[in-house]
Amino acid sequence: MTAAVKPPFWLLAELTYRGPLHCVFCSNPVDYARHDAELDTATWKRILAEARALGAVQLGFSGGEPLLRDDLEELVAHARSLGFYTNLITSGVGLTAARARALKDAGLDHVQLSFQDSTRELNDFISSTRTFDLKSRVAAIIKDAGYPMVLNCVMHRFNLPHVGRIVDMAERMGADFLELANTQYYGWAWQNRAALMPTVDELRDAEAIVAAHRERLASAGQAMKILWVSPDYADARPKPCMAGWGAVFLVVAPDGLALPCHSARMLPGLAFPSLRDTSVRRAWFDSDAFNAYRGEAWMDDTCGSCDQRHADHGGCRCQAFLLAGDAAAADPVCRKSAHRGRVDALLDAAASAALERTREAPLRFVPGAAAGGGLVFRGDAASLALSAPIDELQATTP
Amino acid sequence: MIDPQARPAVAPMYRLQFEPAQDGWVLLYPEGMVKLNTPAAEILRRCDGRRSVTEIVGDLERAFERDGLSADVLAFLAQARARGWVHPGAAP
Repeated sequence: MTAAVKPPFWLLAELTYRGPLHCVFCSNPVDYARHDAELDTATWKRILAEARALGAVQLGFSGGEPLLRDDLEELVAHARSLGFYTNLITSGVGLTAARARALKDAGLDHVQLSFQDSTRELNDFISSTRTFDLKSRVAAIIKDAGYPMVLNCVMHRFNLPHVGRIVDMAERMGADFLELANTQYYGWAWQNRAALMPTVDELRDAEAIVAAHRERLASAGQAMKILWVSPDYADARPKPCMAGWGAVFLVVAPDGLALPCHSARMLPGLAFPSLRDTSVRRAWFDSDAFNAYRGEAWMDDTCGSCDQRHADHGGCRCQAFLLAGDAAAADPVCRKSAHRGRVDALLDAAASAALERTREAPLRFVPGAAAGGGLVFRGDAASLALSAPIDELQATTP
Repeated sequence: MIDPQARPAVAPMYRLQFEPAQDGWVLLYPEGMVKLNTPAAEILRRCDGRRSVTEIVGDLERAFERDGLSADVLAFLAQARARGWVHPGAAP
């Protein structure tokens, strides 16, 4: 197997699961609070060196909030000296002008800043923090320090109607890229799928607005590029998730677990290697977990006989597990999947809920109402409660 | 079209570097990488913001002992500029 496997191209270093925001679509695992033993500086340096020696080029420092690690500058400098192209993926909390300069001096190449919306109200509601004004200041700090800047905004039912204003905001802030990341339903977003899911019509309307802005930007010779991440439930096209399992992307979780994606640690039956005691080379090439869904041998007939299998790699294993209960099944967003009905049921429920809302009252954004509507905000207490073993749950049930 | 007197430089968004794993020169940018063929790499390596296009052409013609590279270099630089890889730089 090893002969055909290429080394990782992209390393995502999740330095910590700690973070100041409480976003309802956080991509950290729901049980993150149970994995809080973080790697030390020396171990991270060894991992970076090993990954780079294999041929990894792109490096993202992520979290949680990577700025909460006070060795971030040291790790960036180490990564830069190894020849990585380095990216800081941040909420902006903690990025002062002094720190932005120190990271630049250490060799940081670019910064991806998250926003939750173009309005203070929704940004602060979705993240359960007062961070909109701070993020706006941080965007200016990033540009003043001379970084290429990616603005990332996770899109869902609440902010899709604002998509035009989000584009305007990104332009005003001087973003080089705007990533409109339609919610992918894993982790906390899976918990909140009923509340976050837009209707297919809402997605089509927003996509048309994005297309118009792209055309305007191109004809005006503006440099900003907009990435529209496919809402794959509605588009019904399996995404080539991570460009294939264990093909180009290596995530290292805060506790040192090597993973093929952000969310795979929740898949049952896979023993992911820990880089505390395993080399990157052994983890990537030799571990059973990384080989489990490599190539096409694992595919069932639906994928194995499909002419798209080289392009979409069967879609997403985590999505197959969440929607079909089988990580080796065809991605249920695919029209060929026997489980596509479960995706359609979720979209139908979103359409019914939208219809219900229009009957109730004029559209109005009421934070308290939405919270009462069952949103689960990311946080330590919620993480521990959602991941409690059965006996612990019983013990706490009155 | 790029002014032959302009002094092009690789844009700040991009980093040009040799990748042993690819056995070649690449342009790195946020979340991506362009593998360069040898002529492209030889041109971009000379786009340092100090040398003019004319000087770059002369340099390449000496290095590869060939004449008449001007049209090819200008065509490549026009493409590279359209893709945002290089800033044309001002003529002095």
